[in-house]
Amino acid sequence: MRGLRKGRCCVTPLIKASNLSIHRSGTTEAVLKQVDFSIRPGEIVTVVGPNGSGKSSLIRALLGHMPLASGGVARKAGLRIGYVPQKLQLDSAIPMTVRRFLSLPRRVSDSVARTALETTGVPGIEQRQLTRLSGGQFQRVLLARALLHEPDLLVLDEPTQGLDQPGIVAFYQLIEDVRQKTGAAILLVSHDLLVVMRASDRVICLNGHICCEGTPEDVSVDPAYHALFGSGARGTLALYHHHHDHDHGAVCEPKLGQGGFSVSANDTHVTEQTRA
Amino acid sequence: MLDDFLIRALLAGLGLALVTGPLGSFVVWRRMAYFGDSTAHASILGVAISLAFHMSIYLGTLSVAIAMAVLVTVLTNRGQAMDTVLGVLAHSALAFGLVAISFVPSARSDLSAFLFGDILAVQRFDLALIWAGALCVLALLCWRWQRMVTATVNEELAMAAGIDPRLERLILSLALAVVVALAIRVVGSLLISALLIVPAAAARGRVSTPEKMALLATGIAVISVASGLWASLQFDSPTGPSIVSASAVYFAIAQIFRRV
Repeated sequence: MRGLRKGRCCVTPLIKASNLSIHRSGTTEAVLKQVDFSIRPGEIVTVVGPNGSGKSSLIRALLGHMPLASGGVARKAGLRIGYVPQKLQLDSAIPMTVRRFLSLPRRVSDSVARTALETTGVPGIEQRQLTRLSGGQFQRVLLARALLHEPDLLVLDEPTQGLDQPGIVAFYQLIEDVRQKTGAAILLVSHDLLVVMRASDRVICLNGHICCEGTPEDVSVDPAYHALFGSGARGTLALYHHHHDHDHGAVCEPKLGQGGFSVSANDTHVTEQTRA
Repeated sequence: MLDDFLIRALLAGLGLALVTGPLGSFVVWRRMAYFGDSTAHASILGVAISLAFHMSIYLGTLSVAIAMAVLVTVLTNRGQAMDTVLGVLAHSALAFGLVAISFVPSARSDLSAFLFGDILAVQRFDLALIWAGALCVLALLCWRWQRMVTATVNEELAMAAGIDPRLERLILSLALAVVVALAIRVVGSLLISALLIVPAAAARGRVSTPEKMALLATGIAVISVASGLWASLQFDSPTGPSIVSASAVYFAIAQIFRRV
């Protein structure tokens, strides 16, 4: 059910960053300090953290768009990355159909474009103008564009900003489906604490450095996680009911005990309803 | 055939129209509408420099225009808004140009003759220059098209695809500077600024893709040149302004039939 193409051990990571530090541009003020990160084929990793915690900087550094103050990033040779940027500002001054947008900057055939749009649940909108799409449709078009060249890794930076709650839940469902279908690893940045975790194999809490890291179950009971997100983080526990194999021995072992989270029937009901 | 000044004017206008369609579309997409005016103002400085150092006016205006393009790119890359940068540079270049030209007595007498060309006075050499410049810039645009359009839609998407948006911005600014500087001497600043903006703006409402917009803008520019020249002959009106007026009429018509 994990959808991994290969076994967990002995697999070279797609991206491996070690001892990564980044400074705010033009200063020596550290945005990220000594971060180690890696992602394996087929894995879904979510980076959570408050605003200004360096989430987007981490992504940019991993993509190679940002100068490093120290440390290094190793990408697997020939790694194909599909990228969905944060808050894409679209200017109405440039006319652009969905179909034409999918051919930027590399042209793709009609059938490839059609398949990608079908995969992300927006079939047949090729001739619509980008500026005429709803927020949810636009995110799905961006995801379709990221899938065009059969990426080994999908990177999504806050992909659900501006979506309503049902839209967010549906979008994460879609991401999980995409992983199942394509086998691509997925790296997510998010602050949708309530929903994001259910789809992740591994969660990383970031606040300038890695506060805690591990399976969603482990992280959700980690004191560092609660220190970062306060009592609001409790909601994560209530909604989180995605059972799968635990991966103990991760960096953050639960310290509060398993009794720390229980599934409220009421909250579960709400989730199922919005997902339907 | 090239002996006829009307034919030469038509060919000069058509050469410009070919390149102002796609180039003007970028001007509209990237909100660089004042680029033409800024370069025109900077040309005054170019004229002063050319006269002071006894070199070709073309060379002087072209180098100042290119320096402008680089400055525009550097300043916007450092986070200044495009319209602010163009405003600052346009006025500074004009002021520096007027100060500089006051030190060159020979230039003071007929500054406007150096600056504002007349499309009816176009010579064979000018014609060759315009067509060579236009074809070079067209080839450049065709070569960089996918990258430049991607960088215009969104810089982060472009970077993720290995495109440097700052480089594409610099190339676009340089292409604009070359075309504007060449055209100002030949057809005047009013005509070249207008040919960049008005046909592209007229094309905007009707099209679905960037390529269609560039083609339609070129078409409108070509028709504007032809009909403006015809009108100027018919009514004995000044040619440059007649061409601009014709394009303005097409813009107005396009607004009526605009898809909302």
